[in-house]
Amino acid sequence: MPLFIAVVLVFGLVKKVPLFDAFCEGAREGIKTLLSIAPTLVGLIVAVDMLKASSATDMLCSFISPAAEQLGFPKEIVPMILLRPISGGGSTALLTNVYKECGPDSFAGLCASVLAGSTETTFYAIAVYYGSVGIKRIRHTLFAALSADFTAAVMAVLTVRMLLS
Amino acid sequence: MMNYIFGALILISVVCSAVTGRGRELTQGVIDGASDSVKLLTTMAGMMLLWSGIMEIAQRGGFTALLGRVLSPVLRRVFKNVPKKSKALSKISMNVSANLLGLGNAATPFGISAMKELRRLSPREDEASGDMVVFVVINTASIQLMPTMIGTLRQMYGSRETFSILPCVWLSSICALAVGLGIAKLFQGRERD
Repeated sequence: MPLFIAVVLVFGLVKKVPLFDAFCEGAREGIKTLLSIAPTLVGLIVAVDMLKASSATDMLCSFISPAAEQLGFPKEIVPMILLRPISGGGSTALLTNVYKECGPDSFAGLCASVLAGSTETTFYAIAVYYGSVGIKRIRHTLFAALSADFTAAVMAVLTVRMLLS
Repeated sequence: MMNYIFGALILISVVCSAVTGRGRELTQGVIDGASDSVKLLTTMAGMMLLWSGIMEIAQRGGFTALLGRVLSPVLRRVFKNVPKKSKALSKISMNVSANLLGLGNAATPFGISAMKELRRLSPREDEASGDMVVFVVINTASIQLMPTMIGTLRQMYGSRETFSILPCVWLSSICALAVGLGIAKLFQGRERD
């Protein structure tokens, strides 16, 4: 990472970018992004923690885990697979929950990391892009996009099993 | 949708803890959740600001444009129906390269203008053309090369090898994108017959 930063800085110098001004402006954008996800994250982390404290997650997990285990999915990531396309903040809340419970380098933690890294908030992207040009009939978009999300979930588990454990 | 999910999560926990008699734990959960979430945000903040600052330098130096030029031959093949002269292709490649670099803020405006160009090429008013579907599917798949936020979170929770996940992330991203594009193209191919 420091290497990448150095490369970017040299690149910027060569192209005569006002380095510090550009940096500050970018960082300001970063604050805006952070502030925009803050309410979602606070709300959903509280909701997830409540669910855990009420032992509802234990019940849910004992309900899903047989099916999940059959497929070779760690049961901790099943809720994340379901929430990932709908809410970025929500899946971040679940991701940190997996890290907290099992550790980021555990099998479930690794699968959750890969899953989070190889998927996007599908519904949000669809809403933004079609919404911007006023298109109402989106035809097979959702089917194709959700198939991609499902593939990412399967591949996350498979690649972690093959390459990291 | 999120309204229902949020409401359901909280209602289920309240009902469930009432049934199992875990009222005190639930209260503790609320308090911990609220303070944990802010702790998380403050820890993430430093890295996020640093990263967006660095990427802004890259952006201004023309990194995205450079990558866009490399990508455009590939994209031309994916969007065969788009005429070469159309502005759509350059907007699409700017959007894709910004996504690759993880510049979500920069990718969205490019993406919206790409959609506007694609719509100009489409015969129907409120229906998505095949190219639009392909473009949106690319944007619903994550093609980010360095998932910095996940790296930061992993580090925060004590991972020893923060970026050991990268090969897995790339592999599953590519497979997911291939499946999404494959399905989109399959439907597109069928409509022409």
